[in-house]
Amino acid sequence: MDGFPILSLMLLVPLIGAAICMFVPAKTACMVALVATLIDFALGVVLWASFDIGGAQWQFVEKAELFAGFSYALGIDGIALMLIMLSVFLMPICIGASWLSVTKRVGEYMAAFLMMETLMIGVFAAQDLFLFYIFFEAGLIPMYLIIGIWGGDNRIYASYKFFLYTLIGSVLMLIAMFWMVREAGTTDIPTLMATDFPAGAQNWLWLAFFASFAVKMPMWPVHTWLPDAHVQAPTAGSVILAGVLLKMGGYGFIRFSLPMFPDASAYFAWLIFGLSMIAVVYTSLVALVQHDMKKLIAYSSVAHMAIVCIALFSFNVQGLEGSMIVMLSHGLVSGALFLAVGVIYDRLHTREISRYGGLAINMPKYALFLLLFTMASIGLPGTSGFVGEFLALAGVYQISSWVALICTTGIILGAAYMLYLYRRVAFGDQTNADAAAMPDIDKREWAMMLPLAAAVLWMGVYPESFLAPMRSDIEWLDQRLASAAPAGDARLSEPKPEAASAEHGAAAAKEGGTH
Amino acid sequence: MIQLIVFGPLLAAILAGFANKSFGAVFPKAVTTGALFLSCALSWPIFLSFMTGNAEAGVTPVLQWVQSGDMTFDWALRVDTLTAVMLVVITSVSALVHLYSWGYMDEDPDQPRFFAYLSLFTFAMLMLVTADNLVQMFFGWEGVGLASYLLIGFWFRKPSANAAAIKAFVVNRVGDLGFMMGIFGVFLVFGTTSIPEILDRAPDMAGSSIGFLGMRLDTMTVLCILLFIGAMGKSAQLGLHTWLPDAMEGPTPVSALIHAATMVTAGVFMVCRLSPLFETSQMALTFVTFIGAATCFFAATIGTTQTDIKRVIAYSTCSQLGYMFFAAGVGAYGAAMFHLFTHAFFKALLFLGAGSVIHAMHHEQDMRYYGGLRKHIPITFWAMLAGTLAITGVGIWFLHIGFAGFYSKDAILESAFASGTEMGQFAFLMGIVAALLTSFYSWRLMFLTFWGKPRWEQSEHIQHAVHDAHGHHDLPSEEDAGHDPHAPVHTAHGDGHSDGTAGYHPHESPWAMLIPLVVLSAGAILAGAIWSHSFLESAGFWNGSIFYNEDLMHAMHAVPTWVKIAPGAVMLIGLLIAWNNYIRDPGAPARFVGMFGGVYTFLKNKWYFDELYDVIFVKPAFWLGRKFWKWGDEGTIDRFGPDGAAWVVAQGSRYAQKVQTGYLYSYALVMLLGLVAAISWVLVR
Repeated sequence: MDGFPILSLMLLVPLIGAAICMFVPAKTACMVALVATLIDFALGVVLWASFDIGGAQWQFVEKAELFAGFSYALGIDGIALMLIMLSVFLMPICIGASWLSVTKRVGEYMAAFLMMETLMIGVFAAQDLFLFYIFFEAGLIPMYLIIGIWGGDNRIYASYKFFLYTLIGSVLMLIAMFWMVREAGTTDIPTLMATDFPAGAQNWLWLAFFASFAVKMPMWPVHTWLPDAHVQAPTAGSVILAGVLLKMGGYGFIRFSLPMFPDASAYFAWLIFGLSMIAVVYTSLVALVQHDMKKLIAYSSVAHMAIVCIALFSFNVQGLEGSMIVMLSHGLVSGALFLAVGVIYDRLHTREISRYGGLAINMPKYALFLLLFTMASIGLPGTSGFVGEFLALAGVYQISSWVALICTTGIILGAAYMLYLYRRVAFGDQTNADAAAMPDIDKREWAMMLPLAAAVLWMGVYPESFLAPMRSDIEWLDQRLASAAPAGDARLSEPKPEAASAEHGAAAAKEGGTH
Repeated sequence: MIQLIVFGPLLAAILAGFANKSFGAVFPKAVTTGALFLSCALSWPIFLSFMTGNAEAGVTPVLQWVQSGDMTFDWALRVDTLTAVMLVVITSVSALVHLYSWGYMDEDPDQPRFFAYLSLFTFAMLMLVTADNLVQMFFGWEGVGLASYLLIGFWFRKPSANAAAIKAFVVNRVGDLGFMMGIFGVFLVFGTTSIPEILDRAPDMAGSSIGFLGMRLDTMTVLCILLFIGAMGKSAQLGLHTWLPDAMEGPTPVSALIHAATMVTAGVFMVCRLSPLFETSQMALTFVTFIGAATCFFAATIGTTQTDIKRVIAYSTCSQLGYMFFAAGVGAYGAAMFHLFTHAFFKALLFLGAGSVIHAMHHEQDMRYYGGLRKHIPITFWAMLAGTLAITGVGIWFLHIGFAGFYSKDAILESAFASGTEMGQFAFLMGIVAALLTSFYSWRLMFLTFWGKPRWEQSEHIQHAVHDAHGHHDLPSEEDAGHDPHAPVHTAHGDGHSDGTAGYHPHESPWAMLIPLVVLSAGAILAGAIWSHSFLESAGFWNGSIFYNEDLMHAMHAVPTWVKIAPGAVMLIGLLIAWNNYIRDPGAPARFVGMFGGVYTFLKNKWYFDELYDVIFVKPAFWLGRKFWKWGDEGTIDRFGPDGAAWVVAQGSRYAQKVQTGYLYSYALVMLLGLVAAISWVLVR
């Protein structure tokens, strides 16, 4: 694949598709969008297959100087590869989810989605700081339109909230970027990642980037745009929002904040810990009392992303890899959950949990899928959620047992709110006649659910496929952070020599045991 | 071989779950039951070869799982003596429960789902006991939790079943929090999650200290207690026990398999598997002993007052698990495993017997409406009697002959006494009191169910049954009974319903249900006598798979005679009290309640744990959730954040609007004032 501009092609295909969609009738637009996203997915598979694991850090590099040091530079490492795969995997499913439910301005809708795909891939593939910024911020626009035009009843409020929040953070990041480019003399991201900025400046730069990423993540207390955006967005919009857009914050941390400002990252680690610990408990409890399905899943997203945040700042391999897997897993699982909500929303046109009930009776296949995704969200071993959360929390524990304990309470609360949701939707008696009359999932819905289910189980049983491409990049990052990494709170002491030699190795000396 | 044992049930579960109706109604049942009997048939030779010393422990790798930095864990199947014991327990009970369910669930329309869940559970349980690393054990741990959740909530239309299912899962998750933290801690200390490596290195780390939650503690104590919290959740020990009685909402075969014989013993298995680790912390062992002893007493007290037949047995399970834990706590891991082994047989038997009674009594579970069933369902009666004799530990101490529980329970009590520690003495005392209570509630169950006069007419279930039977006479259970080779008993009775039967005829269960009862009865009678030597006195049998304390085993035999007699004596006392209260003088319980109403209410309400937890955890969680949502998100963050910003902009533009009046003189005035202000500022500066 040397020299073949596959990344540019992946950016181009949806763009062309978007252009066509604007001018063709609704049904054709759907087909065009599906074909374009499937081609991109196929290209993604080629990309993954030809990615040289353990090879060069940056692969498929493309570079064209434009002006004033600003260049069109693309290239990916394993981390970016995985997130690109997540994006191209979810896109055809999103198009499928919109197949029947979108009825007005179908061409523009599909065009917006294809635009979004280009921008998402661009974010993960960009190697130029400003190119990244353009993709990162432009991604807001199609999402803003999707919520604002094809959203629910209160869509205007939600779209403004979404835009306001995300834009304010970005302004600070742009200023920081200008400063960095002047200081380092380059806009090349790989070079910047290895640049040691002065310690004092790092803190300010870190905070500026933090302002943007924290909103995108979203971290407590700047998370309130997310529930509203999700509730109002159409199903496919929610899937992409939860599946990919939320990952941009995490990607930002792992690509910019950590490698570029390691000292500041260590300095502010407790800010992240504090906010994320609050988020885990706070949003889990809020999720417990929701009666809107989408809002519940949105709040659960905030809790999951808080675990991503904490694990990223745990400065060890388990934490970093764990948070990457949580991101991928959450992309699949929350996407799937929003899709599942969409399936019944299409039938009954309400998100009120109490309007459903007993779906396991009339929709057993649907109930099975929902169960799988619920369990994956809870982090049941064997599903993707477990691998991620387990590694992430194992990483966190090495830094602080307190933080690990608080975060691990998330697994209890997570089980509580998800099972409570499942019980109210799928179990119980059929109290609502219209919900009881809903047909089980059809072929189109099967085709959307099955790949997600397969991916969730694959990542849970054999996560090596996903860990291997990222391994060397995470190791590089771990090395980069090694000097700044704070010590854990365990401070394991050497055993007392006399105790170690005691009979049965019992800690008789300390415990005064009478064994 | 071992792959077939473990993955056969998984495959069967998938086939049964996904087979559509064209495969027929029998296919899901046949494929799962067949897979389990195959697993069972393959497991026994493994166990027997370990017993005869012809097998070596080994690990069969399956698939790489996770490699992250220094942390690696793979899918692998470990087989050693401890695993072999669990293999036969799990596959035997599971196979019999599958068979039993053919009869018990016969009328249920959702049988494929039921059998798929049962086999899925068995797979997860087998993964748990064959784990070579802590993470795979955790996989099995949560997997059985999932299956338990699904099976408790199997009748998902019932709100009580749903509530019980969620409760079981969430309470178990509290324990799992401890387990997970324990695994993290183990990885931090040892740099691995491989069980053999941890056990190898554990003695070297004894006496070291670690920072935990801001405290400085003994490393091994922290790790062991964290892991033990996981065991407490799964094995329903004091504090985390509240889910187990509610789990009786599930179908009775499920209670027998999951909530008596296998899943709830996972905690005991874990402690035994990690016994060399626990041996490095006397503090942790003391803690284990205390929890076990307290639970065995506490649960037995509640068992004496419950009226639901399944709940009595559930509390009995909880209590017996307490025995196993304090046995482990005093270092008698062999005795703990032996009690686990015998208990699996007699408790599965009691549950399946109870299921047979419930089946006969048309789903009535309240013992107050039983009575006089001895002659109506004789095979069930004899099976239950065998189970009762086993659980109460009937035996002749000087001949050393008895039912299964006689060997295992006495060994536990004797080793607790022989351990010589204060906590061991406490455990012995609790164990003796609990043995008395066990005997009392077990015989109370028997007397209320099988002796006395029928009290069926007060039961709504029976009334329904009688009412239905008048219209049509085609209940499947009755037809099955008609083909029953064991000769069903139709008692002749007069048409006058003054005999308390309400005209109802209980029928013996079909053969599919009786065969498991007969097989398990054999286990309950003989398992103790056959295997007591291997489990209790043979270090070679265990072959290093558990920590084997030779000295304690010798001391156990040297306990004073009164210690050896005591369990049998209290058993007789319990029997006598039960006989006095429920046979000789049926008015006695009511008088007792009259005298000690407070004690009775306290026990009847299960020490008010559920109410306590509701006030401490459940209600505040929902309250906090609502407050965070309404006051936090909407009332504070949104109000002063985006909405506030929008408000400021809106207000600002309103003022700006007012300024833009469009009158030239007002603009001129403003300009003039501005000019004056600017000049004054320059001058003053």
